[in-house]
Parts: sequence; C-alpha cells; structure tokens
Amino acid sequence: MAIEARPVGFFTDTSICIGCKACEVACKEWNQLEGNPPSFTADSYDNTGQLDAQNWRHVQFVEMLPNADGTASTNGNGKGAGGAAVIPTPIAGGQAWLMMSDVCKHCQQASCLEVCPTNAIVRTEFDTVLIQQSVCNGCRDCISACPYGVIGFNEKTGTAQKCTLCYDRLQNGMQPACAKACPTESIKFGYLDDLQKGADQRLAALQKGGYTKANLYGRDTSVYGGLNAFFLLMDKPEVYNLPNAENAKLPSRNNLPGYLGGAVTAVAGLVGGILAFRSARMSGADRTPR
Amino acid sequence: MPPSEHFAAPPNWEWWILGYFVLGGISGGSYAIATIIRIFGAPADQRISRLGYIVSFIALIPCPIFLTLDLGQPLRFWHMLVDTSEGALAFKYWSPMSLGAWALVIYGLFSFVSFLGALAEGGTRALSPFAGFVRGTLGSIWGAIGTFFGLFIASYTGVLLAVSNQAVWSDAGWVLGGLFLASGLTGSAALLLALLRWREVEAGTAVRLEMADRNFAILEAILVVLFVVSVGIAGTIGKVLGIWIVLWILVILGLLAPFAVSRSDAARRWPPVAAPVLSLLGLLALRALIIFGPQS
Ligand code: SF4
Ligand code: SF4
Repeated sequence: MAIEARPVGFFTDTSICIGCKACEVACKEWNQLEGNPPSFTADSYDNTGQLDAQNWRHVQFVEMLPNADGTASTNGNGKGAGGAAVIPTPIAGGQAWLMMSDVCKHCQQASCLEVCPTNAIVRTEFDTVLIQQSVCNGCRDCISACPYGVIGFNEKTGTAQKCTLCYDRLQNGMQPACAKACPTESIKFGYLDDLQKGADQRLAALQKGGYTKANLYGRDTSVYGGLNAFFLLMDKPEVYNLPNAENAKLPSRNNLPGYLGGAVTAVAGLVGGILAFRSARMSGADRTPR
Repeated sequence: MPPSEHFAAPPNWEWWILGYFVLGGISGGSYAIATIIRIFGAPADQRISRLGYIVSFIALIPCPIFLTLDLGQPLRFWHMLVDTSEGALAFKYWSPMSLGAWALVIYGLFSFVSFLGALAEGGTRALSPFAGFVRGTLGSIWGAIGTFFGLFIASYTGVLLAVSNQAVWSDAGWVLGGLFLASGLTGSAALLLALLRWREVEAGTAVRLEMADRNFAILEAILVVLFVVSVGIAGTIGKVLGIWIVLWILVILGLLAPFAVSRSDAARRWPPVAAPVLSLLGLLALRALIIFGPQS
C-alpha cells in the first residue's frame, strides 16, 4: 500500500518499551550499518552508548539502583546541566529503570537543517528530515547544531548520517524497519495526526491509572515546533537526555546577537586603531615618503 | 536562573579548524590595521600598511586549504557555494558557515589585490599599475570594503561556534564573534610589531603600533571578562577550566604583554620579539581552549 505524501512520524511509547533492542537490530540490518565495535560497559544494559553514524536507533536505559548504604547510583544517563546526572524519580524501593528507544526527532524546526551550508539536509515529501548523502561534504555543522546529539560522522563515507525514517521504505509503501520489528509496539509509525490522537488517548489512560509523571514530549509545538518523532515519557525529559521546553532553542537565536557583538567590537577596534595612528598624521611629525 | 542544558554531540572540529581560526583572525586583523594606517596614518607609517596587506594575504592562503582538509569529503568543498541538488547557488545568510564561505571568496579578492598593490609599492615593477590603484581614493575605498570583509572573517568564526547547541559556544553567543575579532586585532598588531624588528622604520611608527596593540588588548580583555561571565551564568564554565587553565594563563600573559613592555623596566629588557610572541601565543591559546574545551 502506498504511503501518501503527507506528514508521517513515530510515536515512541516508552511505557511499554522492554529494552529488547529489536529496533536497533532491524535498523542496522535494513540500512546496512556495520555498528560500532562492541563495548562492555559493565554498569548498564546500555552498551550501544549513543546515537551516531552507526546507531540510528538507541535504546537508552535510565537505571537507578539502590546501594547497600541506602544511597542510589545511576548509570549516568540523563546528563543535565554541565554533565551532572539528572536523578530519575524513584519507583518501587528507590529504583528506577526506564527504557526509551531514541531516534532522530524529525523536528519541525530542525536545527540541523537550519545550519547546513550545502543544503544537503532537506525536508521530504513525508515531512521528515533527510541528509542527502550525495550532497553532504562532511563539514559537521549539523552535528554541532542538533540539540539531541543524533547525527554522527561516518569516517568511511566522510558524511554525516542519521535516521532517514526509512525514506527508501516509505517510497516503496513500507513502514520503517524499527517500527515493524518492535514486538511491543512501543514504536508506532503512521500519519502524524493519527499518531497524535493515539498518543493523547494513551496519556489519558496512564494518568488515570496513577502515572501522573507521564507526559508527551514533542507532541505539541513547545519543543522545536513539534517533533514528527515524539515520545511518551514516564519522567521529565532531562532524565532521558532530552532538553526541556525552556532549553530547546534553535542555533539561529545567536545570529543577531553574535553579529551585533562582532559589529560593535569592530567599531571599537577601528576607533582604537585610528586613535593610535591619527595623532602622527595630525602633528605631521613624520615625513618619510611612502 | 537555572543552568542551561546541552545534549548535543561534539562536531570534532580540531586542528585544521584551529589553524583556520588563527590565520583568519590574523589575516582579517592585519588587513584592518593596514587600511587604518593607509587612510588615517602618517606617511612614515605607510610601510606597516604595506606589510599588513602582505601579511594579510599570506595568512589567508592556507585558510581555504585548512577548511577543505577538515571536510569529510574534501573534493566536495565547492558544495559550500553550489547547491548540487537544486543546481543553484548555496547561500543561506542565517547559516554562518554558508555566509563565511562566501565572505572568504570575496575577501580573498580584496586581500589579493591589496597584496599586489603592496608589492607594487614596494618596488615590484611588473605590478606597478596596482600601485596607482591602491594609493588613490579608489584604493582607500577598496581598502575600506576589504576591511569590512576582513573583520567579518576574523569575527564570524566566533558566531559560527555560537550558532549551535554546544555548551559554552551557544551560551556565550553574543560575545564570541567580538572576542575573536578583538583577539585577531591584538594578534595582528603583535605580529606586525614582531616583523618590524627586521625592517627599518621610524621609531614613532613602532610606538604607534604598540599603542594600537594596547588599545586592542584592552578591548579583548573586556570581551574575555564578558565571555567568562556569560558561561559562568550559563553554568558551563567548567568545560573551559580544569586542564584548560594552562591555556588561560597564556591568554592572560598575552594580554598583559603589550602593557608590560611600556610600563616595566624589566620587560623592556626582554628580547624585542618576546612580547609579540606572547600575544600571538595568547591568540592561539584563546581559540584552542574555546574550540577544544567544550568538545572534550
Ligand atoms: S533531532 Fe537532530 S538530526 Fe533530527 S531533525 Fe532534529 S535537529 Fe535534525
Ligand atoms: S555535515 Fe553534511 S549534512 Fe551536516 S551540515 Fe555539513 S554538509 Fe550539511
């Protein structure tokens, strides 16, 4: 069945994610991603580490386990301001164990697309954000801009890479590989308006069931004008390494102040230079020919 | 105010970019100093003006090379200017990298012509038509426009860092452009002072260049303070402390050097190039700690 050229996206419901990583595997298989060499972290079920050029889905584990002395340790996920860990809200017995299949958010106001100087990053007919591999020259400005740390640099291709929301599959009427593989339907693919309706219902059901901290991230326009890949979270966004609405800012916010600061400094610098050299001309002291 | 949060990944801009930021600052700064002297300076000072234009172009030559080598696909460097998917020019005024690529091309032309003019004035006969051009009113206008682009090249690199979601860079968004520009001017004045040691100039010329150097250093010092305050308020200053304190020491020494020479008897006994070299090291250290610190 063909997929219509209108906004599509992912609704990732973290409340039913079981951390099986089927999405990661399906993504790598379909997109022929080799993956990074395996690493043994020894303190977490998260051995993928981060989203990057090889990991276009990353099942993030936010773990907090009680220590014998009554304190609690986190695995360091949920790094907030200046790298300090954001402590998740403990549930049963001082523990927290949250899972979230993270991915490119296909932001409505995409920081990566905003800065890309080559126009390699485009919005597709499905309203998703795509890096055209034949255009990208590997300048990495998009990596600097993406507020979610989604994009990675592929040393072999010399280009920036991230989730394409399986653009090739969409064009051929197939849903993205991760959504197809997810056994619990934590990752749902569909037209954005349908997904949003389903998410609203799910949130209402959870809150009715007493999960008062459950919230939708990116469902409305408060972060980056809305996210085509949005989430149902069981704790505040920072716990999952997601900037909250207050901190979700576009890179272009610094254009005007940055250039203005430069212009004022330029004027001050020119005045400083002129003051130093003008005096000699005024006094006519030096008469060495040019 | 709660501290800012950043979850962005580092772009791994490293040595090539550092090299470009340093040389871009020196090129733009030298061009501006050369033009100031050309338009406002005394006849005796015109030697430094010529030297400034020459330094500016020589410093500029490696810049596009460094930028190209930093790309993952160096042969696609021209994608910065041509949108290959649309077959049109790639120009995004809201992307400092796009704007910078165009500014570099335009500034390259200005710097090159001024360089030829400086060589011509220095006696290179084959280039003599350029000597007339750079001397007249047209030359002053050319220099003024070139200065605009030169100062842009010295400054936009700071804006390029700021227009991101990286800790420190985006937190000091309004300061970095000015800071890089001011430090480019300080470093350029220092470099020209160092080079003057090998040229015969009026004593007054060096004095005036030293005065300009001090004025630029005051401006830079103000911006350094504003930078520290900005990242302090944002709660991300830790990213440029720790081991980076070594580089901060160089920045401070570089800022003090022009004043030490004019105020302290001990410093006056330093080898003549000591103060300029310290200033140049300060320029390098400032950019290094701002580029590498937040990415580490
Ligand atoms: S999440 Fe990052 S990479 Fe994805 S669209 Fe938004 S800014 Fe771009
Ligand atoms: S790395 Fe590629 S996609 Fe990213 S900003 Fe540069 S050209 Fe655009």
